[in-house]
Amino acid sequence: MTGDIAFSTIAITTLTAAVIAGTTILFAALGEVLSERAGVLNLGVEGMMLVGAVVGYIATLTTGSPWAGIVAAAFAGGALASIHAALTVSLRANQVVSGLALTLFGTGFSSFIGKPYVGVPLPNAFHKVAIPGLAKLPFVGPILFDQNPLVYLSFVLVPALWYWLYRTRPGLNLRAVGENPAAADAMGLNVFLTRYLYVIAGGALAGIAGAHLSLAVAPSWVEGMTAGRGWVAVALVIFATWNPAKAILGAYLFGGVEALTFRLQAMGSTFSVFFLNMTPYLFTIAVLLIATSRARKGRGDLPAALGTAYDREMR
Amino acid sequence: MIPRFVLHAQHRSGWQKAAIRVGAVLLGFLISAVLIMATGKDPVVVFGTMFSGAFGSKWGFSETLVRTTPLLLCSLGIALASRMQLWNIGAEGQFYMGGLGAAFVALKFSTMPAPVLLPTMAIAGFVLGGLWCLLPGIARAYLGTSETITTLLLNYVALNWVAYLVYGPWKDPKGHNFPLSPTFSESATLPVLTGRVHIGLILALIMAGVFWWVLQNSRWGYEIRVIGESPAAAGYAGMNITRNILLVMFVSGAMAGLGGMMEVSGVLHRLQKDISPGYGYTAIIITYLAQRNPLAMILVAFLFGGLQAGAYSIQTKGVPLATAYMIQGMILFCVLGAELFTQSRLRFVWRKEVA
Amino acid sequence: MLVEMQGITKGFPGVLANDHVDFGLAAGEVHALLGENGAGKSTLMSILTGLYRPDSGRVAILGRTADFRAPRDAIRAGIGMVHQHFKLVAPFTVAENVILGLDEPRFVLNLKQVEERIRRVSQEYGLKVDPSAPVWQLSVGEQQRVEIVKLLYRGAKVLILDEPTAVLTPQEAEELFKTLRLMAARGHGIIIITHKLHEVMAVSDRCTVLRGGKLVGTVKTSESKPEDLTWMMVGRTVIQEREKAPTTPGDVRLDIADAAVQGDRGVLAVRGATLQVRGGEILGIAGVAGNGQRELCEAVAGLRPMTSGSAKVSGNCSFIPEDRLGMGLVPNLGVTDNAILRVYSGRQVTKAGFLNWKAVREFTGTLLKDFDVKTATVDTPVKLLSGGNQQKLLVGRELATDPQVIIASQPTRGLDVAATEAVHNVLLDARRRGKAILMVSEDLDELLTICDRIAVMFEGRIMGVVKAESARVAQIGLMMAGKAEAEVTPA
Repeated sequence: MTGDIAFSTIAITTLTAAVIAGTTILFAALGEVLSERAGVLNLGVEGMMLVGAVVGYIATLTTGSPWAGIVAAAFAGGALASIHAALTVSLRANQVVSGLALTLFGTGFSSFIGKPYVGVPLPNAFHKVAIPGLAKLPFVGPILFDQNPLVYLSFVLVPALWYWLYRTRPGLNLRAVGENPAAADAMGLNVFLTRYLYVIAGGALAGIAGAHLSLAVAPSWVEGMTAGRGWVAVALVIFATWNPAKAILGAYLFGGVEALTFRLQAMGSTFSVFFLNMTPYLFTIAVLLIATSRARKGRGDLPAALGTAYDREMR
Repeated sequence: MIPRFVLHAQHRSGWQKAAIRVGAVLLGFLISAVLIMATGKDPVVVFGTMFSGAFGSKWGFSETLVRTTPLLLCSLGIALASRMQLWNIGAEGQFYMGGLGAAFVALKFSTMPAPVLLPTMAIAGFVLGGLWCLLPGIARAYLGTSETITTLLLNYVALNWVAYLVYGPWKDPKGHNFPLSPTFSESATLPVLTGRVHIGLILALIMAGVFWWVLQNSRWGYEIRVIGESPAAAGYAGMNITRNILLVMFVSGAMAGLGGMMEVSGVLHRLQKDISPGYGYTAIIITYLAQRNPLAMILVAFLFGGLQAGAYSIQTKGVPLATAYMIQGMILFCVLGAELFTQSRLRFVWRKEVA
Repeated sequence: MLVEMQGITKGFPGVLANDHVDFGLAAGEVHALLGENGAGKSTLMSILTGLYRPDSGRVAILGRTADFRAPRDAIRAGIGMVHQHFKLVAPFTVAENVILGLDEPRFVLNLKQVEERIRRVSQEYGLKVDPSAPVWQLSVGEQQRVEIVKLLYRGAKVLILDEPTAVLTPQEAEELFKTLRLMAARGHGIIIITHKLHEVMAVSDRCTVLRGGKLVGTVKTSESKPEDLTWMMVGRTVIQEREKAPTTPGDVRLDIADAAVQGDRGVLAVRGATLQVRGGEILGIAGVAGNGQRELCEAVAGLRPMTSGSAKVSGNCSFIPEDRLGMGLVPNLGVTDNAILRVYSGRQVTKAGFLNWKAVREFTGTLLKDFDVKTATVDTPVKLLSGGNQQKLLVGRELATDPQVIIASQPTRGLDVAATEAVHNVLLDARRRGKAILMVSEDLDELLTICDRIAVMFEGRIMGVVKAESARVAQIGLMMAGKAEAEVTPA
């Protein structure tokens, strides 16, 4: 009996940690879904997250409100993404290289402006807010409904984005632009404006993801604190086949791996940790292989125009 | 009548293109200087410290050269792939796999004499790095899977693999529980030129020359040129595109793998968790800035080696190490933005035609 | 009149695409717009759909002068176009594609109502489409129906179809024609852009023919014969006699037996073609573009598999593809790199896997001199060369290997008079030296001038082969329109 209770306690703490860790990746992945749906691959997620983390941290420290921090982080992420948009949409620069530049710049810039804040305590971090009633549910209550407000925000955001994408006209336009910009243009849609908007919105979400890390998960600023989560988010987008609803499942899976790794490390096991760490990436590669071999022509979920600049004169 | 900017195609000479790119690099430094100034630091002091840290002293200069070697090797591999419009952004992982392969040989056959052991390590690094890039190549050639993302994802697999080995089976029993392998034997260590600079630098330089010469003069180099520019024309001329994708991806990864071998054998003398501060990523920028030209790459790799080495010295001025990344990123933004203007020019017109 | 276009003139740098063209469309008629490539058909229609604005001339819709500034304006005025390359988003359903770019529904996509309306439209016009099917699952013919439904849903009165049967099977084309007739009967005006005569005859009420940017005339289809239209289209210019030394044809060098070849869309483009070309002979293939000529050439050159039949080539074979910069040359590479594309792996310029630059330079130099290619430097990217010099480089390169069989697909398309003559001379010279030459052209005059025999291709079949010296244009014209040789040759 006591063993069962101990096990369920461990399971609950691990799963709670999985949801928290997953939420960071989720915000970033949702942002990347928007950007890639518009046809723009943004490999700068890691950089935008770091800048979001540090800007959110500084703003919270200055204003005393973590919500102000979130808004500032969203602006910072969006501002960085707008550089990417300008380079890839207007100047038709290579999306891969530009995204890498963004990650480099964001990594450097966040360290640079965050230098004075390393080790400074944050008095106004996000705290857990139990939802009355729901939090009392057995097992799922503490895992899902005794979390920080940003987790609840993500609960709302996922269905909202799903609805936006698949059930509204702006979502239809967005998908058309990512799939076939020439057709979208011929039907009177503004390809350039659409791409700018969603790349910037994607950056804002990446900024929020970073701020979730520095304001809720581990309230502090540490150089390079995202530790590759931005790249995980990029992989997760493929895993989720560009669908926000699947992204939440994937995010918790990836978050679960992170939480489990942490727990196993704490228990002193070494062998499985690194192989466990690898699995999300190997899994994503497998998903990618199956998806491409199955969907070489016209179908599938990969936005067909992803990675290519739209040049009107080339139509 | 709506005023607007229109891009006109414009052919520019090699010198004009070079001038535009150099101008863009300078603009990148200028914007970085403004950012540095905004935080109350003097950019002249920061850049000055950086420069003297990288090139001002014998030690600094040798640190620059130490970094030039892996950067150059990774760039050569990436450039080869990108000549065929293939994006290998997994040089970082291939570098780790190369280091892993070399370390395996070094630890397993530590008693072999250097003339046998070192080439064997090099081959192990070369092959393992190559295979790590060949896998995405196979997926690309036969399934059409984007190599951009698969090469990137494999980076994490490689990094975790190395971490597993140095935390686990290969951990030095006398290493106070640090994630390090035992130190290599004398015969598994590349000869040193000066300071920490090892013979690998010479090899990398030779390799750049060989690459340049082979791509310029060989039948294979010609095929790569044609396939990269026009697959339709390549098919028309009877070239085997699939075979070339596989070959190029293998060699691309193998170069990074060789870089990894040289790093563990020449600089670190052991396998450890972090054998690269992102050489594989910086190399992408170098490739881009050098426009895939192996000779230009020597110069750019050297300058970026200096940027990284110099970054260590600016820490003394209260500027974090990662500032170097900020400057690199800013330079790359500017060069990327300028690229369109190497082929066209901006003209202000009154719009008449609705097209 | 539904549409009236008067005195339309539109110039682009170097060409006058439309030169005082008049065009009228009545409600209830199917109007064919006929002409060869570059005759000015697409320019005229681009003006009608608001993509271009004319330099001069007047467009009126239902008697009211219209000034379209953008395609959106034309759509509002009830003019819609089905492009050759469909503007469809593959993963979307039919309904989603139909409402793309519309104002209604504004925000929430209630596709039930849309699908209901699509069903009504499709029933009314006999256009069978499933509104909830994703477009990528549809056949090409179904996708075309979606494009038409898209226009009808928007309330288009004028429907323009650009080469609508190019991608259809004959059965699908038949069905499309029925729909077009029905739409006309319901008061729409239909324009089909085409260069296939039998379609004009089958479906149109009137036919307007353009040539070289000028209006040749508008005729009632029922009062015209296909050969009249052919003449109007290709022009009845006096054939220039060229000095063509008589040669005695040698052995059969190229033997194509019952060849069948698939086109890009998976439809059979060549349906059993049999041809023989002898040494010292130029065999021309006449026919309206898109009747399988390109696919046949590519199959003989080994770039496209044959589904059945065979092509035997004695000796080596050279191929001058019609897509000069897409396939024949690498636009961004220099003249030298392009010159050696065919010989780069041979002993002539390569030694032990490496290029022998001295030999390469010599080879290139000879090529440039022999074929009079003018270029600033030997490293100038070929995209910067003039069209004539590009083609001379391509033709020269293909002949430099001394091939026994030469396949030339539209070798003079888009060239000026001097360059055309240069290419002709090169081919005639090869003929004199006993080579077997297969040449495709849409220009009947050209074929009559330089060929020994002319085969006419129609819908993937060879309708007959005639001797150039005794051929009559009318006879070839009828064969181009689908009549077999036996039907048009008096016994």
